[in-house]
Amino acid sequence: MGHITEVFDVIVIGAGHAGIEAALAVARLGGRTLLVTLSLDNVALMPCNPSIGGPAKGHLVREIDALGGQMGIIADRACLQMRLLNTGKGYAVHALRAQEDKRWYHTLMKEIIENQENLALKQLMIDRLLVRNGEVVGVEAETGEIYESSCVILATGTYLRGRIVYGPVNYSCGPNGLRSAEKLSSSLLENGLELMRFKTGTPARIDARSIDYGKMEVQYGDDVVRNFSFISDITEREQIPCWLTYTNENTHKIIRDNLHLSGMFNGMVEGVGPRYCPSIESKVVRFADKERHQLFIEPEGRHTREMYVQGMSSSLPADVQLKFMQTIPGLEHCQMMRAGYAIDYDCLDPLQLNLSLEHKEIKGLFSAGQSNGTSGYEEAAAQGLVAGINAMRRIKGLDPFVLRRDEAYIGVLIDDLVTKGTDEPYRMMTSRSEYRLLLRNDNADLRLTEKGRAIGLVDDNRYDIFRKKRTAFERALEQLKKINIGPSDENNSKLRAMGTAPLRNGNNLFDLLRRREVTYSKLQEAFGLPALSEQVAEQVEIHAKYEGYINKQREEVERMLRIENKKLPADINYLAIKELSSEAAEKLSKVRPASLGQASRISGVSPADISVLMIALELKRQKESE
Amino acid sequence: MMTEDTISAVITALGQSAVGIVRISGADALAVSGKLFRAASGKSLADYPSHKMVYGHIYDLRDNSLVDEVLAVYMAAPHSYTAEDVVEIQCHGGIQALQKILSLTYAAGAKPAERGEFTKRAFLNGRIDLTQAEAVMDIISSRSEASLKLAARQQNGELAEALHNLRRQLLDVVVHLEAVIDYPEEDIEEITFGEVKKRILEIGAGISDLLSNAHTGRILREGLRTAIIGRPNVGKSSLLNALLKEERAIVSEYAGTTRDVIEEQLLIDGVPLVLSDTAGIRKSGDYVEQLGVQKTRDLLKDTGLVVCVVDGSEGLTAEDEEIFQAAATRPYVIIVNKSDLNVAATFDILKQRFGADKVMTLSAKTGAGMDEFSAWLKGYVYGDKETLSGGIYVQNARHEELLRQALHALKEAGQAASDGMPYDCIIIDVRRAIDLLGEITGDTVPDEIINEIFSRFCIGK
Repeated sequence: MGHITEVFDVIVIGAGHAGIEAALAVARLGGRTLLVTLSLDNVALMPCNPSIGGPAKGHLVREIDALGGQMGIIADRACLQMRLLNTGKGYAVHALRAQEDKRWYHTLMKEIIENQENLALKQLMIDRLLVRNGEVVGVEAETGEIYESSCVILATGTYLRGRIVYGPVNYSCGPNGLRSAEKLSSSLLENGLELMRFKTGTPARIDARSIDYGKMEVQYGDDVVRNFSFISDITEREQIPCWLTYTNENTHKIIRDNLHLSGMFNGMVEGVGPRYCPSIESKVVRFADKERHQLFIEPEGRHTREMYVQGMSSSLPADVQLKFMQTIPGLEHCQMMRAGYAIDYDCLDPLQLNLSLEHKEIKGLFSAGQSNGTSGYEEAAAQGLVAGINAMRRIKGLDPFVLRRDEAYIGVLIDDLVTKGTDEPYRMMTSRSEYRLLLRNDNADLRLTEKGRAIGLVDDNRYDIFRKKRTAFERALEQLKKINIGPSDENNSKLRAMGTAPLRNGNNLFDLLRRREVTYSKLQEAFGLPALSEQVAEQVEIHAKYEGYINKQREEVERMLRIENKKLPADINYLAIKELSSEAAEKLSKVRPASLGQASRISGVSPADISVLMIALELKRQKESE
Repeated sequence: MMTEDTISAVITALGQSAVGIVRISGADALAVSGKLFRAASGKSLADYPSHKMVYGHIYDLRDNSLVDEVLAVYMAAPHSYTAEDVVEIQCHGGIQALQKILSLTYAAGAKPAERGEFTKRAFLNGRIDLTQAEAVMDIISSRSEASLKLAARQQNGELAEALHNLRRQLLDVVVHLEAVIDYPEEDIEEITFGEVKKRILEIGAGISDLLSNAHTGRILREGLRTAIIGRPNVGKSSLLNALLKEERAIVSEYAGTTRDVIEEQLLIDGVPLVLSDTAGIRKSGDYVEQLGVQKTRDLLKDTGLVVCVVDGSEGLTAEDEEIFQAAATRPYVIIVNKSDLNVAATFDILKQRFGADKVMTLSAKTGAGMDEFSAWLKGYVYGDKETLSGGIYVQNARHEELLRQALHALKEAGQAASDGMPYDCIIIDVRRAIDLLGEITGDTVPDEIINEIFSRFCIGK
């Protein structure tokens, strides 16, 4: 046993995207925080694609931002290219996606952390989690130093017993050859935690000078400059293009001929990989009839020649990777700077956690990010933020902060993880949300800023910006509904001029805005309305055009809340309720849901089981009141 | 309580008792009953004190037609079986009246009650003592067994199969849309609004088909409402008597008082007939004559089949023509009676005019041709499908209601696609339709859509 070096409120293990948000949240809420990392030079590293956002992920970034998190602000500043995706598919699925400068992102984020009050950043290998009487008391480092704290947040990414595999190469390490944490897993197992083994992978990086761009399609960023953060004020951005090209039969043949050399196929890789980002060899095997697969060539930064080859994740030997890439138009002479690889790692089974992300048995132990079986920087950051908030609330004796599924993608993410568990690295998708129309990327601030304010993470500046926007929005709605226009010749000629049908009866402007071809700016011009910011005008338009569907979803939420609000006591003995199906009883005792609503989402728990539970609860209540 | 939905169900054994009761329970019980029940006094049920029996009638609000005369009682919460607001409607015990009233409560906003649900609510609201609680849980857990096996236990497995296929096709549409939404940068073929709309409408048509077969299902469930009309002395009552001889058992017989109607239920070769106005047929030979064409038409409004009887031995008269006119507003068959006499000329003329499939000849007196008439009835109800198990019929009123809701959702989705509403809106109604079909078949697979996206599309970094 070593000596006690220092005492903190919260210790965060890992300074990736989860660990950073967790540590910043704790420190900003006044907790003395230690953030440890295996490499100070790789804080906030994006070891795979330096890209942030996309469907559901971009939504998460906006939610993190509205709650007072850091990711969005830095992503706006380190951005190489930004695009709004899905613009033709409806407001609910509009999604910002940015290409980031990998080193610059790291530098900016490290600067924020280093300047954060209450926050100590250290390069340190943690070997042991210290638990006494079911409560966390601290951690022990490989140096023998002991750091005490009443809460520990695991944000270990892919570092827990990480192992890189490609071709004959096979060694223990974290991503990019960084050190792996070899002893912490055993300490977690000794403390009764259940671990799983997952796999992920990354493609090769190639030299920008060796690419023939003339043979590829160029993909520019949007002309309109947008930001993730509601408080970013960046209005100009020099953007760098990405490039699109395709594999062909020659590529596939080389891959097929060398399958036996891939860790994915020869048994070297043990972990379960995600279906949504398969290696190129998995794609060629699983979708054998597909004649070509697309790939994007994306920049990693302004001051590097490394280009990321999106779509070509592989664990084939380096020479095979180079050979098949050189069959691809534009890459015939490409120089590989780093080979792609698969990486195996340990993570927690998230079913062991509560909705607060605290471990059910070990008080004060929280976990966030890839260590909970997720994938993606945004998913990690979202959990980090919630774990940080809840660690601090635990210390202050406050109820945990839990977002519901109808309030945020963050709520969907955490509820899915701790209720259903996951058997592959979990990625957020908009289709996982039942209330997608309510959880839009454009209204994350309207949904969550007040909550962030109540928690204490929304500062005056952010709150002022938010209140101005909300007031402008509410006033505009009120005004549109108040102004009635009649079917006069003058009005109707204005309507015709904006390309919409004339009126027969009087109508208010809000009703007119429901029409597809009518926009706020058209109405503003024709009827002398006040000018609105682009964001507020869009918000008003969405409310007019989507009102029917939004109301439909609100009704569904109402129905859901009736059982969501029925709390389940933590001490209920499910195995003793013999009318439950045995599968349901087993799953319920494992998950120990907080509410009937959460119980109803566990696979294997039928509506009949829920009815039985309701009766059992009532029985218990009646017995206790006797 | 799990939800605050108002629920309804028939709480008496179907078709066996002289009186049947439909119970509506929940906060909206009065509102639901108000849409179908009219007290004879003209007052609303809410105007009466709780627990007071009120005499009145049930109307089908969609066409204002009279359904039955009933007694209704309102029991204010908490002094009712479920301790919620309850309205019970006592009607004549025949299956058709009960099912009709039940479906009207659904149309008025009630949800079909699950098995044991009244008792469950009673218990949760503290109305049943603890010793009964286990019995209730048993009932409910046996329901879970039933719902798991529902698909297999459906009266015909083909219905389950058909629903499963429709649901599958809807899932394909959603999976494609979701893949395009969640993976916009992937090389996935976009799906056009036209294509989405086309596929949604095709699937909607499949549901419509099932619902139109629900016509057969409903006949099997409620009986085929049949009127026998014709001018005096053509043999209507002889035909009625001959039919009564054919059938195996009289299901029920009752006389109403609001209009001079008697209904009789018979089972002819597997076809349940509900013969209306049998009193009129028996009582007065000149019934139709007195009513006139317009009145006859009104009388026939609810009728599923009109049997026009003509006296083949006498040839056609102007009165016959009026009767044909009235009958033509409904599905009909023309019976050339008295085939024991010389009817060939009339028979031929009518066959030429109305088509051979709509005209039959028989002798109610001797019984000749009755078997053919039975066969015709059977063909009319089942169409080409020879036996009960051969076709796909939605017989369960709850299933029919869920199908209707699914169809409605698809129509909204189709409309949204026509209006150029974006994917995120269209999907809402399609997913709802998938859930509704899943409620019938018991298919609720978590993360089904996401699993499908990964198995169908090649997606990844």
